Amino acid sequence: MDGIYLDNNATTRVDDAVVAAMLPFFTEQFGNPSSMHSFGNKVGLSIKKARMQVQELLGAEHESEIIFTSCGTESDSTAILSALRASPEKKEIITTSIEHPAVLALCTHLEKEGYKTHFLKVDEKGRLDLDEYAKLLTDKVAVVSIMWANNETGTLFPVERMAEMAHAKGIPFHTDAVQAVGKVPIDLKTSKIDMLSLSGHKLHAPKGVGVLYLKRGVRFRPLLRGGHQERGRRAGTENTASIVGLGLACEQAMQHMAFENTEVKRLRDKLEAGILAKVPRAFATGDVSNRLPNTSNIAFEFIEGEAILLLLNKFGIAASSGSACTSGSLEPSHVMRAMGIPYTAAHGTIRFSLSRYSTEAEVDRVIQVVPEIVAQLRKLSPYWGENGPAEEPEKAFAPVYA
Amino acid sequence: MWDYSDKVKEHFFSPRNSGVLEDANAVGDVGSINCGDALRLMLKVDPDTETIVDARFQTFGCGSAIASSSALTEIIKGKKLDDALKVSNQDIADYLDGLPPEKMHCSVMGREALQAAVANYRGEEWKDDHEEGALVCKCFAIDAVLIEETVRANNLTSVEDVINYTKAGGGCSSCHENIEEILTKVMAERGETFSPHAVELKEEAKPSKLTNLQRIKRIETILDSIRPQLQRDHGDIELVDVDGKTIYVNMIGACAGCQMEAMTLQGIQQRLMEDLGEFVKVVPSRAGSYARAASHV
Repeated sequence: MDGIYLDNNATTRVDDAVVAAMLPFFTEQFGNPSSMHSFGNKVGLSIKKARMQVQELLGAEHESEIIFTSCGTESDSTAILSALRASPEKKEIITTSIEHPAVLALCTHLEKEGYKTHFLKVDEKGRLDLDEYAKLLTDKVAVVSIMWANNETGTLFPVERMAEMAHAKGIPFHTDAVQAVGKVPIDLKTSKIDMLSLSGHKLHAPKGVGVLYLKRGVRFRPLLRGGHQERGRRAGTENTASIVGLGLACEQAMQHMAFENTEVKRLRDKLEAGILAKVPRAFATGDVSNRLPNTSNIAFEFIEGEAILLLLNKFGIAASSGSACTSGSLEPSHVMRAMGIPYTAAHGTIRFSLSRYSTEAEVDRVIQVVPEIVAQLRKLSPYWGENGPAEEPEKAFAPVYA
Repeated sequence: MWDYSDKVKEHFFSPRNSGVLEDANAVGDVGSINCGDALRLMLKVDPDTETIVDARFQTFGCGSAIASSSALTEIIKGKKLDDALKVSNQDIADYLDGLPPEKMHCSVMGREALQAAVANYRGEEWKDDHEEGALVCKCFAIDAVLIEETVRANNLTSVEDVINYTKAGGGCSSCHENIEEILTKVMAERGETFSPHAVELKEEAKPSKLTNLQRIKRIETILDSIRPQLQRDHGDIELVDVDGKTIYVNMIGACAGCQMEAMTLQGIQQRLMEDLGEFVKVVPSRAGSYARAASHV
């Protein structure tokens, strides 16, 4: 498909080589890896290879620490619920206010079942306060779950340090690393991280496959019980083709790690600087000096994100927004609200997320198109005057039930 | 991506009457920046005839908010104020060939801006009592605040009650968990405990055998009780025929050809079955006549 795809934090294109590696597993290699006959045997070996490829990317000490799941959300739920079941007498959870819904909604739901969740606050750049965190680490806490990188702003969190702090208090530590894996170097064998979730489709593998990393010796209670697959830790017949695809995608991510942090980062910086130079009253959100190399989240004041996306789409450009309207809810993104971004800007945030397939020409085109779109929408906005925001915009336009 | 009609897209990409109207003598500002929608409607009204000579808008909002604003100005231009005030949010949505349920509030905002502008012109103060909550029922676009208030005002105790009073939950049923939560919360306020099984335990009165005439009259009565709900949405229903288990009806006004027609009919069928205590099938009469014609071949 033609077009400029800058929404790689939402999902990625499956690499051609990954597709090719998967195809035989639908036809010639269709066997069940659990079977005794040779139809299954080869498939079992392929899964073993994939497991080692994932192990390599994560820097895990043992291959058996890798558990294949169906997606990032399943990995998150498995990790958190396992920790709770392993220590039923502990009724507190620590997480952040800017987690992905996969963790946030689960923790909110657990509150209804009697758990107390501490949602760590962030400052205006989306950074956590480690002193606040340290004070919450008590023997009542069953699990800590902190994302490695935020999906909307790309802001990175000091999960390795936070895992050490939790470990010192004997509390299991889980990280949702769905956005980080493949984009930042990870070496789990030297860390105190007990559990880590990743999702295949964020790193050029197909949708419908994920991984839970479980450090050897960490107490575990499966979410799905049944067959002996994944050493009894995740029952259900393996999604063999996708697992093989994910393995190769991890190997490729390892090879492209340097490229991601140099070339992709350069294009991202060029895109952001190019837009901010041409568009007044716009700013990058999050901790810009400490974030994923591929992500730029820009707030355009006084206009609304969905309208921006629709116009971008008209030019064949794909991005995403933290605006309320794109989700059908009435509140803008919880991440923007947590950082204290005012409503007039939070509704106008646009996330551009690049990949190793993004090109210089694409970035140039977006830098050219975005200022026109913003100007067009600001012309329609009651908060915007002739050449800039209306004087004291909040007063110039104060609707009846604002 | 939203399923916007071509008309919505067209009005968003090329909005009519956008920008400041310099000599406006009626201005209405409405919206909620928290929800990401705000609209200023500017009208030029001829004081002698009270006719809207010109209309322009400025909107902070999503695609459908901008398209709704554009549609509104097109609809009301040339209308007398009193006629313009009769324009409903459904009219705005219809003009745009429909809006997704999550976006119906954009058309509501348009109508409110119009009311505010007319109030401004007449020197009255326009006050809006409308508070919007999170969308709960996506099939019928019903938000949490409306459900909460209805549950409170009518002492509702079951999901079924909520469906009957608000329509929320009457479609795909995936919001029933949320509705149960609202019931639990509101019932706790008045010292009651929500029980999902309370309704099923209710003793079901066995209807005695009705004569044909009694049965048809009963059906008429049930339809009459549903009618106000349909009329609120500018629709109506009429009974055409009763043939054994099959009840033929005509959907009138906004109900005819509405995207929700099948769902509405299903709801009506459910009500009829509950009240009559027997299985019946509700069929729109044109389809019914085809079926009857075919069976006579």
